[in-house]
Amino acid sequence: MITLKDLKTGEKARVQEIVGGIGLRRRLESLNIRVGKEIRKVSSLPFHGPVIIEVDRCEIAIGQGMAAKVLVEVLR
Amino acid sequence: MKILLMGNPNVGKSVVFSRLTGANVIASNYPGTTVEYTRGTLKLKGKKIEVIDVPGTYSLTPFSKAEEVARDMFLKENPDLILNVLDSTNLERNLYLTLQILEKKVPTIIILNMWDLARRKGVHLNVKKLEESLGVPVIPVNAVGGEGIIQVIQSIEKILEKKEEHTPSIEKMDDEEKWKFIGKLLLDIQKIEHRHPTLLERLEDASAHPIFGILIALLVAYLTLKSLIGAGEFLIENILDPFFYNYYGPLITRIIESTFPSGPIHDILIGTGYDYMESFGLLTTGVYVPFAVVLPYVSLFYLLLGFLEDLGYLPRLAVLTDNIMHKLGLHGASIISLILGLGCNVPGTFATRILEDERERFIALTLLSISVPCMAQTAVIIGLLGPYGIKYIAMVYGTLLTTYITVGYILNKIMKGESPEIFLEIPPYHIPHLGTLLKKTWTRIRGFLLKAIPFFFLGVLVINLLYVMGIMKILTGLLAPIFSSILGLPREAAATLIIGFLRKDIATGLLAPLHLSPEQLVVATTILAIYFPCVATFVVLAKEIGVKGMIKIGILMVTLAFLVGGIQHLILTNT
Repeated sequence: MITLKDLKTGEKARVQEIVGGIGLRRRLESLNIRVGKEIRKVSSLPFHGPVIIEVDRCEIAIGQGMAAKVLVEVLR
Repeated sequence: MKILLMGNPNVGKSVVFSRLTGANVIASNYPGTTVEYTRGTLKLKGKKIEVIDVPGTYSLTPFSKAEEVARDMFLKENPDLILNVLDSTNLERNLYLTLQILEKKVPTIIILNMWDLARRKGVHLNVKKLEESLGVPVIPVNAVGGEGIIQVIQSIEKILEKKEEHTPSIEKMDDEEKWKFIGKLLLDIQKIEHRHPTLLERLEDASAHPIFGILIALLVAYLTLKSLIGAGEFLIENILDPFFYNYYGPLITRIIESTFPSGPIHDILIGTGYDYMESFGLLTTGVYVPFAVVLPYVSLFYLLLGFLEDLGYLPRLAVLTDNIMHKLGLHGASIISLILGLGCNVPGTFATRILEDERERFIALTLLSISVPCMAQTAVIIGLLGPYGIKYIAMVYGTLLTTYITVGYILNKIMKGESPEIFLEIPPYHIPHLGTLLKKTWTRIRGFLLKAIPFFFLGVLVINLLYVMGIMKILTGLLAPIFSSILGLPREAAATLIIGFLRKDIATGLLAPLHLSPEQLVVATTILAIYFPCVATFVVLAKEIGVKGMIKIGILMVTLAFLVGGIQHLILTNT
């Protein structure tokens, strides 16, 4: 398992765990980023910039800190 | 009777609202366009029904001011009916809020908006089955084109007749059960075909790419500025100026002079001199500046802004600038308030409501009100400094940008806390619909005409009265020492600060008859931008930030205005 932060751009992965408080989990979940979902990393901005992921044809930008709290299993 | 329009951000609630009520509200392609509720009326068989457009929210647990408004409206307004608008391309996530709404047992109609887009994206839905599973009416709609709205109205009619028969039967579930329920439901009713990415989708990826994205952003900025200034100058030189100088001006002068050959009434109405930028008569400068200087730029700005908004570009810009904004105590989403603020600080102020925490909102509002001049002011600055060359305009905006960054950097260092991380949905690109774009631009221009022009006339009138009664002389006399010693400006320039509270554009225009050097104009226009917001912005800012916050920002503004202006004066006179 790696974090969403370390996932390579363009790769697909399945969310395994969200390590964080209930607030963060709820927030991510309300945008459908939750355990079991398949996601794709669309882009990642340099110098600790945001990470963009795609969940069900929908793109969401989240901060690096949040991305580091989402553990995923790479799908090949 | 009361209906609430609810749903996730950027699903098209405001478009549905406009369709139902005929009211013109601004709708765009980014989450968080609507941050405050709007009330309107739907007439049904002679009965008036109140319809409320509520800010979008992903759940009933709020994370921002705008989402808080949504939850409070839902819980406190006691709606008779909820119109739950869903994005058909993304049902799974949208249905989470739907379940939260349905378990509160309020009659609900589900609107599957962007039906056509879902088709194109290869998403096929079984409406009948969805209706059966949820136990409430489900209607496919394409709000921008108007398809399905009639069915929605018919359904509203039917439900409001016998409200008690339409209480949803969905039972309360915890989060995990909700997602399970949705998952199972979708397996049954949704089929997704795989489609190859379209050109527009490739462009989506490119504009959030670390390298191409920045190149695209620079290109967008360049093209926007180029077409704004190019088209603005073209309109003024070829249409508006000839009209004013050849027809309107001579005509109005002849009419007034035939009744009042001279005296104070003559001076108040048409002023002194033939230059309509300088005469400061109510019917000369008072008409010329708003219509021939400001209006062309304001209209073009809103047209360009509307295009970028409807395309869905702003959230991408937010992602690209997130890095830099973090250094200023903000995150990328605050770029939206900055860009709206370049049009007018009032909507810019409201746009900070999508930001999550109070510290960030305070910094965003401070930077906005200190260093973001509105388009009306910009238009007059271009009018005044344009003839001396683009270099001087660049000096003004360069100084303001430096101020923005410096103040943000310092506030971020001295205020306790950290800027929260960006958390923003990036909508797909839509090719803007021309009719919708023009209508929205017109709504904004009309707003400008109705709200700005009265203040403009009032400003010109006040200037004249203050001069005629000799009060201006006393006031400028008080400020004269500071003006000449620190800023290198004549005492008359102090009048701009007094009028600037009414409107910044006319105050900037007051500099025209002074015949200042371009360097002096740079200093004067810069401090005018910084020193205090106009009354319209002041009112909303004070409401958003409270009296204490307003005093803090106020002191900061006045200090900074003289500090920045003083530094500019020092640099400009020594080079």
